[in-house]
Parts: sequence; C-alpha cells; structure tokens
Amino acid sequence: MSKDNAVTVKNVYKNYGETEALSDMSLDFPRGELTSLLGPSGCGKTTLLKIIAGLLPATSGEVIVNGQIVKEPGPDRAFVFQDFALLPWASVIRNVAFGLELRGVVKSERESIAQKYIGDVGLKGFENSFPHELSGGMRQRVGLARALSVDAQVLLMDEPFSAVDEQTRRKFQEDLLNLVKNENKTFIFVTHSIEEAVYVSDQIALLLPRPSRVSEIIRPTSFKNKDVDSIRRDSEYLDIVDRIWKSLRTYVK
Amino acid sequence: MKHRPLFLKIISAVILFGAWEIGGRSGVSFAFPPFSESMVAFWSLIIEGTMFKAYAETLKPLVVGIIISGLLGITLGIWIGLSDKFDWFISPIFIVMQAAPLAALIPLLIMAYGIGLTSKVFVVCIMAMPVIVLNTSAAVKNTPTNIKEMAKAFQGKDIDVIFKIILPASSPIIFAGLRLGVSAGFIGAILAELKITPTGVGDIISYSRSIADYPSMYAAIFSIILLAVLFLNILEKMENFLFKGNNQGYVSE
Ligand SMILES: Nc1ncnc2c1ncn2[C@@H]1O[C@H](COP(=O)(O)OP(=O)(O)OP(=O)(O)O)[C@@H](O)[C@H]1O
Ligand SMILES: [Mg+2]
Repeated sequence: MSKDNAVTVKNVYKNYGETEALSDMSLDFPRGELTSLLGPSGCGKTTLLKIIAGLLPATSGEVIVNGQIVKEPGPDRAFVFQDFALLPWASVIRNVAFGLELRGVVKSERESIAQKYIGDVGLKGFENSFPHELSGGMRQRVGLARALSVDAQVLLMDEPFSAVDEQTRRKFQEDLLNLVKNENKTFIFVTHSIEEAVYVSDQIALLLPRPSRVSEIIRPTSFKNKDVDSIRRDSEYLDIVDRIWKSLRTYVK
Repeated sequence: MKHRPLFLKIISAVILFGAWEIGGRSGVSFAFPPFSESMVAFWSLIIEGTMFKAYAETLKPLVVGIIISGLLGITLGIWIGLSDKFDWFISPIFIVMQAAPLAALIPLLIMAYGIGLTSKVFVVCIMAMPVIVLNTSAAVKNTPTNIKEMAKAFQGKDIDVIFKIILPASSPIIFAGLRLGVSAGFIGAILAELKITPTGVGDIISYSRSIADYPSMYAAIFSIILLAVLFLNILEKMENFLFKGNNQGYVSE
C-alpha cells in the first residue's frame, strides 16, 4: 500500500482520569478522501478529532498530519465543532471570519471571503445577525462556514449536519460530495447517521464502544462515480447500509 | 421600549423622595428633615460655592482611588483568573480585605501613611478593589471552554484568547464588579473624610451635624448619591461603547 495518507493515527490511547476513552486506536485517512467515523455515543469520536486537531494531547501514541507529528493546532486543519462554539457577542460575519481574523487577514479581505461561505451555507442576509437570533441549524451552518473559510487541507467535522433540517442536510451532503470530488482536501467526518456515512464516504470506520478502537473499515466502491441522484438506489449502497446496521446493532441493547 | 427604563427610574425617584418628604414632615425625629428642606439647603450650598469647594477636595482621593482600583483590580483579577498559582497566592488578600472592618484598619493606615491624601486613597481602594478583583477573576475562570478551544483550533495566540475571547466573555461580570466597586469607593471616600480628617463633603457632614443643621447634612449626603448615580450611568455608557454586542444575550449551544 503506497497510498498517500494525509492523517495517520498510530496506537493512540486516551484516558480522562480513570475513564479510558481511546484504546490502541490506529487509522489512516487517505489524502483527498472523506472518512466517516461511525460509532455509539460516548465512544470517543470527538476525543479523536480533538487529538488530531492538536487540542488534546494523547495519553500515548501519535498522530501524523502531512508527515509531521501533531503537537498543536495548525493552519492545515480546521474544526467544525459539535456544539458550534460561536462567539455570542459577534455577528454572523465576524464569527465566520474569525478564523481568518486570528490568522491576521485584513478586515476587507476576510469579510469578502466570509461573505462567499455565508452564501454557500444559505445564510445570505443574516450577516449582521447575532447567534441568539438564529435557529440551531443556522448556528451550526455558521460554524461550518467558519471552518470552510480558512481553506485548510484537512477538515475535522464533528456531526456537522446534526441540527439542520432534512432538505438542507441532503443538499449539504451533495455539496460535500462535490467538495471532495473537486478539491484535494481530506475530510474526517463524524456522524450518527448510517445512511449519511455511506452516502458521502470513501471510507467508513466503525468504532467499538468505549474504550474505542476501529472494529471494521468499509470502502464503498461501485457507486462512487455515479450521479449523486442515483446513489441512494444503488444496490451496493443499500447492502452497505444494511451491513453496518447489523454490525452496530450488537451494541444497542 | 427605550423610554420605559427612564420612566421607571423617575417613578422610583418620585416614590423615594415622596416617602422622604412624608417621613420628614411626620416628625420621626428632629434630625430627619423633609426632602424639600434638604433641597433648599442643597441649593444654598451650591449658590455659596461651598459644595464645589468641598468636591474639589473629596474628588481627589475618590478619583485617584477608583482609577487605581479599576486598573489594578481588573489586571490582578485577570491574572488570578488565568493562573492557579497566582490565585492561591493573591486571592486570600482580597478576601480578607473585603471582610475586614475598615474602621479598625484606619488607625493603622494613619500610623503608616499619615492623615493626608495617601491614607484616603487607601481607604477608597480597600473599599473598591476587592469586589473588582474577585468579580473579574471569577468571570475569567468561568469563560466557556468551548470558545477558548475554538480560538486555539484556529491558531489563536494566547494574547488573542485573552483579548478576543476571555475579556469580551467576562465583560458583563467585570463591569458589574466595577459598578459595585465604584459605589463602595464613594462610601470609602466619605468614610475617609469622616474618620481621618474632616475635609470636603465629609467636613460639610460633620460640621453641619455639630451645629444641628440637619438639612445641610442631608443635602451633602444627597449630593454624594447623585454623583454616584451619575458616575454609574457614565460607566454603563462606557461598557456599551467598549463591548457593544455583549448585551446580545448568551446562547447555550
Ligand atoms: N473532558 C473530559 N473529562 C472526562 N471525561 C471526558 C471528557 N471528555 C470526554 N470524556 C469522556 O470520554 C468519552 C468519549 O467522549 P467523546 O466526547 O469523545 O464521545 P463521542 O464519541 O464524541 O460521543 P457523541 O457521539 O455523543 O458526541 C465519554 O465517555 C466521555 O464521558
Ligand atoms: Mg462527540
């Protein structure tokens, strides 16, 4: 296997005091592909993402991003937070541009970039609203736009579509497929929806309950080149959804 | 909407002064003159220029003390909030300071610093600083971790985290502490003039009491309250100017 991996997780353990969250977790994330992490609630998906982001230290083991061991956050990675993490006192446009603001991009430039992504996530007209004036799904899209606007090579997305409505969610899934296809970026995508994972992923990692490890890696192949509209009717798509459900069902008592 | 608070303020002032007037007229005590008599005395103190001369004295320790308490108090509070070691080291001083009976400390201050401006500034600071320090440090410590983490994920430097996350997030509570501190500082300034050397407004109070000119005494007290209210309003304007948007309400997600 000479495949180029953007991110490699090697024998990572993570304990929170007595709690073992990750135990000997190893996983490769091929460059330019989307990998989904699918696993029961509390199994350590957010923990793994934060370790890759450099926000949390691993208890042992290492994470390599673009050939370098991760010690701290870097401009090569952007994070979409499960709890959105918006600044309540800042307008939508300042929130979206905040990553660029921290990188020292001048105001006019960062706001024009932010403007584009605000449009992309469907929040045009809300530039000057404040987070408390938005619905949960709209807030989530602000966090999404903020991560997209810094143009990082690796996107760490922690349940990025969990709060948006089904129509928007489907549109975002299609947008995501196009992003993966057109830009050579690596996506690490946490979701609780099996269908969503199978629909958008090049690779799906099924995680065991805590302490978490990878139990199975599934790589859908045949429907990847199909038209987005026919994926959901593809027989391999349906088979994989079924197979994942059978395998995850054992954890749900 | 904008006019309702002002309207309510006027109503509560009318009720307060009305009660004062009725209380004074009903003759609770000859040492408690009605509001109208106090206002007449207030006016004549202004016409004679006594009031202005008095405030030229009283404002010196008050303004110096409040500026010191504000700047030093907020700086220390931030430091305490950021560093556990510093917290352990410094916080007890302010907790003791807040609990200490000031009247008992004044003889010590006079012994150490004499009866001049220095001692009076100290009294103002002892009154004003603890609540500013303790509020600031509590606010800094309680800054939500998710937005601090977000700033780090987008490569915010420590200085960015302090100025763009911690300070705006803490500003409502810091300003609440400042308001309490300023009110306490006013009390401290008068106390210093009553207990150390009778100058300024403290002199009007003790002199008019000694000659049983109670309306003038109440006029002096009234003037302090008036000034304090004015000062607090200015502080509120400053807060709105410095941190506009922070009163936009908080969202929990
Ligand atoms: N700061 C922390 N301190 C102590 N324990 C923690 C901390 N953060 C997470 N944990 C524990 O680690 C485990 C994994 O948490 P994590 O947030 O990574 O789960 P998750 O897979 O993202 O769950 P979900 O799907 O519900 O978001 C949980 O059991 C949680 O209780
Ligand atoms: Mg999570």
